[in-house]
Amino acid sequence: MAVKRPDDFEIRRQHLKNLSDEELENRFWQLAEEIVKPLVELAYTHTSPAVERSVLLRMGFSSIEAKAIVEGVQNLGLLGKGAGNVVYRLAKKKNIPIREAGLLLVEGKAWDEVPGLF
Amino acid sequence: MLEKNEKLNIEEILKDLENYRPKRRGWHWREEQGKQVYGEFEYHQASKPLKNSCPLPAAKSFGYIDPQPDCVITTEIASGRFEDDIRRMRMAAWHGADHIMVIRTAGQSHYDGLIEGTPEGVGGVPISRKQVRATRKALDIIEEEVGRPINFHSYVSGVAGPDIAVMFAEEGVNGAHQDPQYNVLYRNINMVRSFVDAAVAKKIMAFADMVQIDGAHNANATAMKGWKVMPELMVQHAINCAYSKMVGMKPQNIALSTVPPTAPPAPCLRIDLPYAVALRELFKDYKMRAQMNTKYMESCTREATVTHVLNLLISRLTRADIQSTITPDEGRNVPWHYNNIHAINTAKQALIGMDGLLEMVELKKDGYLREKVRELKERAVLFMEEILEVGGYFKAVELGFFVDSGMYPERNGDGIARQINGGIGAGTVVERDKDYMAPVCEHFGYNNLPEGIEKACDLIDGCTFCKPEKIVFIDELDENDNVNRRLKETENLRHSTEIKPEVEWCGDGIVSTTIFLPVEERVAEFAAMEIGKKMGLEDVIVIHKQVMQPAEGTLVEIKGRVPFTIDVSKLEIPKKPDVLSDEEIRKEIERKPMKVVAATVGEDEHSVGLREVIDIKHGGIEKYGIECLYLGTSCPVEKLVDAAIEYNADAILASTIITHNDVHIKNMKKIHELCIEKGVRDKLILCAGGTQVTDEIAKSAGMDGGFGRGTKGNDVASFLVKRRREMENYEG
Repeated sequence: MAVKRPDDFEIRRQHLKNLSDEELENRFWQLAEEIVKPLVELAYTHTSPAVERSVLLRMGFSSIEAKAIVEGVQNLGLLGKGAGNVVYRLAKKKNIPIREAGLLLVEGKAWDEVPGLF
Repeated sequence: MLEKNEKLNIEEILKDLENYRPKRRGWHWREEQGKQVYGEFEYHQASKPLKNSCPLPAAKSFGYIDPQPDCVITTEIASGRFEDDIRRMRMAAWHGADHIMVIRTAGQSHYDGLIEGTPEGVGGVPISRKQVRATRKALDIIEEEVGRPINFHSYVSGVAGPDIAVMFAEEGVNGAHQDPQYNVLYRNINMVRSFVDAAVAKKIMAFADMVQIDGAHNANATAMKGWKVMPELMVQHAINCAYSKMVGMKPQNIALSTVPPTAPPAPCLRIDLPYAVALRELFKDYKMRAQMNTKYMESCTREATVTHVLNLLISRLTRADIQSTITPDEGRNVPWHYNNIHAINTAKQALIGMDGLLEMVELKKDGYLREKVRELKERAVLFMEEILEVGGYFKAVELGFFVDSGMYPERNGDGIARQINGGIGAGTVVERDKDYMAPVCEHFGYNNLPEGIEKACDLIDGCTFCKPEKIVFIDELDENDNVNRRLKETENLRHSTEIKPEVEWCGDGIVSTTIFLPVEERVAEFAAMEIGKKMGLEDVIVIHKQVMQPAEGTLVEIKGRVPFTIDVSKLEIPKKPDVLSDEEIRKEIERKPMKVVAATVGEDEHSVGLREVIDIKHGGIEKYGIECLYLGTSCPVEKLVDAAIEYNADAILASTIITHNDVHIKNMKKIHELCIEKGVRDKLILCAGGTQVTDEIAKSAGMDGGFGRGTKGNDVASFLVKRRREMENYEG
């Protein structure tokens, strides 16, 4: 729950008041980095439907196609493999171009082959 | 290249759009920043001149110079119809804007994917590939015309941040807002999703060399008291800067969206200046996007402009790399065309006016200012210490740390709290498996590429960043809500001689009227609407009212629509007199001095008009060095002609106002005949002026030229100089 408290700046600042301006600024940036570090790590090791759509867009699919593929991958619980990876492996397996493999999925075909790709 | 008197052809811009590629990628800062000479002045904080531009109104007296400040100037244009916005963008570019920001339509941040086509927006434009591409294409034309690259900007936020970032990188968008905190606090998008998406989006923006602007200024606009969140604002800036840098953005492409938090009647400089100084000291490696205050804007455009000029003073006393502008009408309606221009000019005018300010004054290095700067920095440090104490950023958001109305460390328990498993998109983030792979370039995060692959997209024979021809363009999805349909409705106004007033959209018909009524506020409001209706306006709305004195009266501004069009081909527009430049007239008088005698003739006591044409004080012909012998009012024509002979004048200026019994025409004829009689007609230029005089009437009465209502000194001087040249050529 959110707290209520009066302005106790004078009490809280005791450990800061003797820092030079430079030391204070360094502390400011150290704290900022400490706050964001776990967030960057989280992003490094995780993905989301939007992240995967962005991969498919870069692979040459339209936004509508990308959305359909990502939803299918999500339904199979395979988002952690990467939606682009799914399309890539399907194309490899069937020995067809990337775009063709993706469009098969968009048309609702070949989804039964997807779990076997991993 | 577009001709300056040729309109942007919207249909042409939309043609062949599927094959259009933007000319360039990345942000553009103004060139040749620093010393510049414009006309007879040296500037110290200016930049390279434009090829084509509209200078400030007062430039008339300074040789029409249009000095460009050193910083980029932003304007926000988003009426909901991009096809009308691009015309406004051209106007903005001509006045000096080189950063065009397009606000998104309401609700786009919750749209899980890209919007396609060209639907009409509400409070902004639906940002789709087609709208972006068409706008970029128009800006490519406009930037060539003004001679300075224009930065196109929108938003990489919401639940489709990475999708939008890819599309922007592909379409040559140069800048974007990107700040996961904005999603979390103001759009209630799940915090885990926001940060995971943000890293991918930022990496793509870094590749596209886009400038990123954060969302911290929203805390100022949302907080109950804008100036209480100053420590928090620094924390928000720091979180987005540190996060962006860690995922691969260069600090010089990261801009803080900072706004002076308060406005008069608060003693705003005493609050805003220490804050601005503290911020610029802490974030010296980053860019400053100085925004203007919106929180304390009411419907008075004058009040808003003064607040914004004070904001510009802060920019010049500290630093602004990008100077944003807010239209003075934002407190009353969705901005109108010309208010974008007013806002840009407020920035250009004030920045140029304060050129080199810090070479003459400096900020104090002790006392109140330094104490406040230090205090703000310490408060921000304490804020971050407590974030870590409670377990990190997500925990702090859950506890309502942000946008609390108390100045940190004071807490009023009214901050915006969000839960880690709550909000839009909650539960959609998954961990990347060991064999996670994405076969594309510029992908942030763990990517288990097959061995030996260095460039990820080699796996797929190139991604769209390497092979733009792979981009899939979707034209329209909705057959009723699209640009072609809208253009059809206004076709008559765009391709005929019919016109209608407009403030936002082609043919909106909106006009505004300023009215003073000698009654109290509420009565005035309703009376003004009635006046609007009687004037023939439809949908009349009061957009501003201000008490002048509770009993004596109220100022009211109304807007309404005119229901008719005007056919410009049916207008009778008199030919504009060909006026020479001041310089040319002066040179001609220097070459050969000129003398004139002037008087109001007959029984006529009206002298105001003639005095205006003669007097140096009113910009009359004396200012060019023309010698004038003024004989006063009620001057008999004989006396006037004799004086001209005696004075060896080049010309006679006769003013004649009274028209009873055509006395003005009779007087002109008499002057002409007298001159013939005395043998001086071919040596003298005869001019007549007056409210009922026209050039045609005067000429038919024997004069060389006639001048009616609204004549200025330069009209008469131009005529005299040109007529004398003709006479010289004739003699020669």
